[in-house]
Amino acid sequence: MSPDDLPALTIAELQSLLRRKEVSPREVLKSLRARIDQVEPKIDAYLSIDLNAALKEAEKVDVDLPLGGVPIAIKDIINVTGQPCTCGSKILASYRSPYDATVIEKLCAAGAIPFGKTNMDEFAMGSSTENSSVKLTRNPWDLSRVPGGSSGGSAAAVAADAAFAGLGTDTGGSIRQPASLCGIVGLKPSYGRVSRFGLVAFASSLDQVGPLTKTVRDSAMIMNAIAGHDRHDSTSLPDRVPDYTKNLGRDLKGMRLGLPKEYMIEGIDPQVKSAVDGAIKQLQSLGAEIVDVSLPHTDYGIAVYYFLATAEASANLARFDGVRYGHRAKEPKDLLDHYGRTREEGFGPEVKRRIILGTYVLSSGYYDAYYVRAQKVRELIRQDFVKAFEKVDAIISPTSPVPAFKLGERTADPLAMYLADIFTNTGNLAGICGISLPCGFARVNGSQLPIGLQIMGKSLDEARIFQIAHAYEQSTDWHKARSPISVNSKSEIRNKNGADDRD
Amino acid sequence: MAKTTDLDVGYVSKLARLNLSDQETKLFQKQLADVLKYAEKLREVDVSHVEAAAHAVPMFNVFREDKPCDWFSADEALSNAPHKANQLFVVTKVVE
Repeated sequence: MSPDDLPALTIAELQSLLRRKEVSPREVLKSLRARIDQVEPKIDAYLSIDLNAALKEAEKVDVDLPLGGVPIAIKDIINVTGQPCTCGSKILASYRSPYDATVIEKLCAAGAIPFGKTNMDEFAMGSSTENSSVKLTRNPWDLSRVPGGSSGGSAAAVAADAAFAGLGTDTGGSIRQPASLCGIVGLKPSYGRVSRFGLVAFASSLDQVGPLTKTVRDSAMIMNAIAGHDRHDSTSLPDRVPDYTKNLGRDLKGMRLGLPKEYMIEGIDPQVKSAVDGAIKQLQSLGAEIVDVSLPHTDYGIAVYYFLATAEASANLARFDGVRYGHRAKEPKDLLDHYGRTREEGFGPEVKRRIILGTYVLSSGYYDAYYVRAQKVRELIRQDFVKAFEKVDAIISPTSPVPAFKLGERTADPLAMYLADIFTNTGNLAGICGISLPCGFARVNGSQLPIGLQIMGKSLDEARIFQIAHAYEQSTDWHKARSPISVNSKSEIRNKNGADDRD
Repeated sequence: MAKTTDLDVGYVSKLARLNLSDQETKLFQKQLADVLKYAEKLREVDVSHVEAAAHAVPMFNVFREDKPCDWFSADEALSNAPHKANQLFVVTKVVE
């Protein structure tokens, strides 16, 4: 295999080459670096890359470890020792991490090499990566469109073969939605499954770290490395971590999949609906039984989410006060001026908007009316899922109501941007797990845009949604379709089940 | 639920220790009024019998051993300080 082709491989494929010593970790890094240089001018997925630090790791790595020698791109909100961690914000432009997040320690213990920090919406607030204070990332399938967000840099890099896999974070859909828009696999683990120690906090009752990968198997392999209890994160769950690859290859006979009637809303793109309908037929043909379920409080998800997430963000972002790290305003005349200007100069518009909304819903006189009421409706949303999971093993929906939209199309209207998370944020509110994987394409103005299928499972049931996702993936060719700028562009792949609406 | 017109972005920005330009104040006033209007639908829900959920996983009283362990040195803790001297953070004057 020529070094130019290496970055097209999945983790599983790369690993077998590494173990057979057909390629060294050093050669892998060099070829990935060359690939990044080639596509980065088009997609702008990375914020920083430190080849020398990665090469140092590569010298001592044991390729027989579970992820031995595999480079993984890291969303720039997760601390990696010695590397920047800007969160896409001016306020952390000069920050360097003095420590590793637990997920980074765990990846390294499994032999992986953190390589490159990826672009994101500032402090993970957004659904298009356009809220990055640094630059715009572009969707590899159509460079005039957004990659989704907030983990848009990791998603675009994987879709363009500029990363073998990436880590992202998901507070309301920020792994699954960009995975959907970029035609890759993205998993939001159950709340508490993966440690958040060393992740810069946005909304602490919702945030989770998870993988963005080319295949379901790769996602399971990364989860095997990063899941588990961490004494540094009191919200991490002590439950045993299963081998997430164990169920891969098992069939779907007897599996009951729920179809929530509330998800077939107006405003869902007809091509998205038709692709998801095709996926449902395919899952049935694999032996799964489709069951109608109801999640009656779905329609309140966005409103609940934006009260709770902004409230938590306004508290979490209070730490950016220009005292211990980050930007500090020049020559403040007193302490109030110091805080007010430091934060004015350091934060971008969306972050400011959310701090204001969050502060408002927590303020005296409004706390009960907004914040407490939202918490109560959150409980009703959680109970909806508990009841649905009494009847079914997993729940199926589109990941995003629309394929990738144009850069700039939604930036002037925050509410329109918030609605991008309509099928994903209830999963965060309920603390359950969810995966997005490719299930077709929409044709829009001559571009072929990926569509994602979401499979949601109950808390700690990742192994089961991996099993369903893998069975579906392996029975279709969607995951083999590569973006037009990938190494071996094979985007014109037809689905075996005939649900393909491409010409 | 309070009326959406109650939101005074100028006042809330002072609570949040976040200066805003006049233009931002005006823009956010309009945009957040839209968001609050959208969220009025939460008023329809009967929550009289529901307990508020702080988060989705029922976990309480998480303890760990109270044991000191090695962590940052002073130099590491100060490595990102915008202003430091004599192994200390230099802060804006707090008392007159």
